[in-house]
Amino acid sequence: MVEWTDFERQTIAGIFAKIDYETTGATALARCLIVYPWTQRYFGNFGNLYNAGAIKINPLIAKHGTIIVHGLDRALKNLDNIKDAYTELSVLHSDKLHVDPDNFRLFSDCLTLTLAAQMGADFNADVQAAFQKFMLVVVSALKRQYH
Amino acid sequence: MTLVIRMLTVYPQTKTYFAHWKDLSHGSAQIRKHGKIVINGIGEAVAKIDDLQKGLLTLSELHAFQLRVDPTNYKILSHCILVVLAITFPADFTPEAHVAVDKFLAAVSRSLSEKYR
Repeated sequence: MVEWTDFERQTIAGIFAKIDYETTGATALARCLIVYPWTQRYFGNFGNLYNAGAIKINPLIAKHGTIIVHGLDRALKNLDNIKDAYTELSVLHSDKLHVDPDNFRLFSDCLTLTLAAQMGADFNADVQAAFQKFMLVVVSALKRQYH
Repeated sequence: MTLVIRMLTVYPQTKTYFAHWKDLSHGSAQIRKHGKIVINGIGEAVAKIDDLQKGLLTLSELHAFQLRVDPTNYKILSHCILVVLAITFPADFTPEAHVAVDKFLAAVSRSLSEKYR
């Protein structure tokens, strides 16, 4: 089981209380598809991804970004057992969606940067450390059921 | 300086390269000086962007034979640089700018690892 300090719990809760799920998720996913273009392979049915401009205004991508960030709520609510909380989602990503788990890290980095841009100086080293630890645990839980 | 502090805080394993420094706290003079050295090095890379391999030869040899930094750490530092850019220039750090900087930092990291083996 992961050990969370009080600072980490408060920081993570604080971040999720402040973010705008609609824009943060959309921005992070669009960024991921632009910065790491190979991730577009999973979005063949999502309409126009022809260039950065198109990706940024694509409504299907925006909607999906929001879904992903809402998926992180599950970890927030189950900080003391993220591993089990993500069993079902891990199986989904492995057996149905066939997503290379390295992409979780890429999205996580884009989300971190999106938050950094939004939070500015509040995203100090300790806050970054707490958030990245959280994302690392979530990513690890998502990878667990791959076989 | 916040760059180096950030790296040491978020990725504590990087502290292993600075065990010989007495003071790894916020505001440490050694860290401040080191942050400047690293940023200047990157500035040098920008100037030599058209031939990083040749331009960073000396630095590559330094990192390979003397510092012997595990190249994974270049990815870590690059990520921290991107975070600092996002915080400092939120409006300018568009996805297009991000991909360009990420590509550049990856090329610099590759050039620094050139002489390793």
